[in-house]
Amino acid sequence: MKGIRLLIGTRKGAFVLTSDASRERWDVSGPHFAGWEIYHLKGSPADPDRLYASQSSGWFGQTMQRSDDGGRSWETVNNEFVYEGTPGTHQWYDGTPHPWEFKRVWHLEPSPEDPGVVYAGVEDAALFRTGDGGRTWKELPGLREVKGNLWQPGAGGMCLHTIVLDPARPGRMYVAISAGGAFRSDDGGSTWRPINRGLHSLYQLPDPDAEVGHCVHRLAMHPSRPDVLFMQKHWDVMRSDDGGDSWREVSGNLPSDFGFVIDVHAHEPDTVYVVPIKSDSEHYPPEGKLRVYRSRSGGGEWEALTQGLPQRDCYVNVLRDAMAVDRFDPCGVYFGTTGGQVYGSADAGDSWTAIVRDLPAVLSVEVQMLP
Amino acid sequence: MIRVLLPAHLRTLAQVQGEVTVQARAPATLAGVLDALESRYPMLRGTIRDGLTQARRPLIRIFACERDLSHDSMQQPLPQEVVDGREPLLIVGAIAGG
Repeated sequence: MKGIRLLIGTRKGAFVLTSDASRERWDVSGPHFAGWEIYHLKGSPADPDRLYASQSSGWFGQTMQRSDDGGRSWETVNNEFVYEGTPGTHQWYDGTPHPWEFKRVWHLEPSPEDPGVVYAGVEDAALFRTGDGGRTWKELPGLREVKGNLWQPGAGGMCLHTIVLDPARPGRMYVAISAGGAFRSDDGGSTWRPINRGLHSLYQLPDPDAEVGHCVHRLAMHPSRPDVLFMQKHWDVMRSDDGGDSWREVSGNLPSDFGFVIDVHAHEPDTVYVVPIKSDSEHYPPEGKLRVYRSRSGGGEWEALTQGLPQRDCYVNVLRDAMAVDRFDPCGVYFGTTGGQVYGSADAGDSWTAIVRDLPAVLSVEVQMLP
Repeated sequence: MIRVLLPAHLRTLAQVQGEVTVQARAPATLAGVLDALESRYPMLRGTIRDGLTQARRPLIRIFACERDLSHDSMQQPLPQEVVDGREPLLIVGAIAGG
């Protein structure tokens, strides 16, 4: 790999940061789609020139974009996301039934093999798939059949924000929903089961150990060990060693186990990163100190990574899709903040620099390795 | 020809500058203008009216001849000044900040 591209989605457009393998100097381009919310953009692992972007606006709704030349030009593709059948209702904030309504695309997960296949996680929570590069989108409705009537929105809306494809087992995939929980399919998305055993959501759900309804913020997996999953839940950092069949808490010595992002080192499956946030009502780092926490033991014991990060008066948030790792050695780690900074570490988190400081609020960060 | 002025973000999306013109079937209605507009610029589908219900999106306003037509029926004939091209049909993003 000769270079790297960071794809940054923000509240007011997309930015592309490009560097060579040294990751010392970055070229910044953007804003692309200026003024629009770019919840997520991601490149196809099968074709680095193929990018997909979710472009949305409170005024103009959802638009989908596709590039076939690495982001130099874009083509508008289909923006119709129609739920299969009669969508029914989910729970509203006050516990009353509320009709399912499409609002936006939160996350795009291109297939590792076929640049024309992409999964889209949307709000109100559902999973869609295109097999023709975005010209048509079709829901995988089996997911909503898993007690979707009991799911409810979190503060950011009822969103399907995480899609993880198992690289070892064709057909196995995971999704996470706020606030529905985590779910697994073993048949390419046709049928699903909730995988929330071991999650405990006291003061969030009437039954803290409910089968569905948990506010899962993010899942992460190392491709070499796909049965091991890490989860940042609303509160609690969790780990599963059996593909989500059961979970145990690995928050350990974190200063707060609330947070949004979680990710795994590219070459060390037991090295995990989180960014603790003070609480669900105070969305900023504890004590005003922006710290990434790293565990080298698969959770449980965590060390604060502070070099290069603000250690006073810092009150930004790091949203759930805003952390990513590269595959260079040493592994690079990147995250974006609601204050518009994108921080990068080229030494697995030991030290950090702000690649850019003054973007609009960052919604998502993705890494694309360039051949 | 009916003159339509799109909001800036939709002009960018449609890759047009200034006003666009469309031919709508008589009697010209807002629904007919939007049909013609979306046929010529497919990337605008779903941005002015909901792609499924065809209802005007909540933060879109329709002005013409110094009148707010946003709440009129989409099947109602448009003002004659718009039909004969003396006045443009303004599609506007509501004052919503952000």
